[in-house]
Amino acid sequence: MKYGVVTFPGSNCDYDAYSAAKHVMGEETNFLWHKSTDLMGSDVIILPGGFSYGDYLRAGAISKFSPIMDEVMKFAKNGGIVIGICNGFQVLTECGLLPGALIRNKHLRFSCKFVNLKVINNQTPFTNVCKTGDVLKIPIAHGEGNYYHFNDDIKKLEDNNQIVFRYCDENGNMTDSANPNGSINNIAGICNAEGNILGMMPHPERAVEDILGSIDGLKVFESLKNYVMTEKVAG
Amino acid sequence: MSDRKKAVVYVRLKDGVLDPQGVTIHKALKQMGYDDFMSVRSGKFFELEFESNSADIDVKINEVCSKLLANPVIENFTVEKN
Repeated sequence: MKYGVVTFPGSNCDYDAYSAAKHVMGEETNFLWHKSTDLMGSDVIILPGGFSYGDYLRAGAISKFSPIMDEVMKFAKNGGIVIGICNGFQVLTECGLLPGALIRNKHLRFSCKFVNLKVINNQTPFTNVCKTGDVLKIPIAHGEGNYYHFNDDIKKLEDNNQIVFRYCDENGNMTDSANPNGSINNIAGICNAEGNILGMMPHPERAVEDILGSIDGLKVFESLKNYVMTEKVAG
Repeated sequence: MSDRKKAVVYVRLKDGVLDPQGVTIHKALKQMGYDDFMSVRSGKFFELEFESNSADIDVKINEVCSKLLANPVIENFTVEKN
C-alpha cells in the first residue's frame, strides 16, 4: 500500500507520520508538497499535525486553499481514505470534509501529554483491528482541540456512529476529568458519514514504538493496512 | 481616478459558543476590581481596502467573509462600509 503525507508550510508532524508509515510499518510513503497537485497514487492520505500557515486566522483555515487540497478533496469525495491528525483534523473541518469545528481548549493552555482514547466505532478503515471499548494510550499536543458542533448535529453524529474515539480514563470511563480540552461529549475523533475520512486530535503516529512510551497508535496503521489490503484483494 | 474605500468586517463567536478567551479576560477584570461587567466576549475585525469603483464589491465582501474570514459553524460576521 502507498501512503501520501501532505506537507504544508508549518506542518511539523509530517516526518513523524512519514516515519511511522515508512519505517515502522514498512510501507511505500511519499511526501506531498502543498503546491503539488499529484497524490502519487496514494491509497491513504495523511494530513499531519503542526501549525500550517502559522495557524493564522483560525487553525487550518488557510490550508484549504493549497493546490494539493483540491486533489485531496476530490480523492476524499470519491471514497479515498484520508486521515487528519491534530492540525490535519482542523484542516478537514475548515474545508468542510468533516462537520463541526475545533476551538480553543477550555482551559486556554496548550496541552501536551498522553491521554486515553476509547474506541467507539471499530467498523472503520482506521479502527478495524480494535474492539469496541478498547482503550488506547496516545499523546495529544494542541491548543485548539476542543471539538464543537450544534447539539442537533452532535446527536446526528452519534446516531450515525460517526464518533470514532472519545477521551476516557485508563479504565475506559468517559469522565470530565479525562477530557483534556473541553470537547463536547469527550469527542476525540470523528469520521464522515461514509466512513472514509477520519479526523482525530491525538497523534497515533507518535505512539508506534516502545521507546515512545506506547505502541497503541499502531492499531490505526494496522487497521489501514488491513483495510487497503482487503480492498485490493476484492479488486 | 477612483477613491479608496474601506470595509470593516467584525467576526464574532455565535451565542452559546464557549469563548475561553473572553471568560479569562472577564476574570482579569474582576481581579482588577471592575465588578460592573457581567461578561466579556472576544472577536476579530478586519479592514478590507478597495477601489470605490470595484464591481459587485458587496457580493465579493460577503463571499470572502463566509469563505475565509469567518467559520460559519462557530462565527457570525457583520460588515461596515465607509
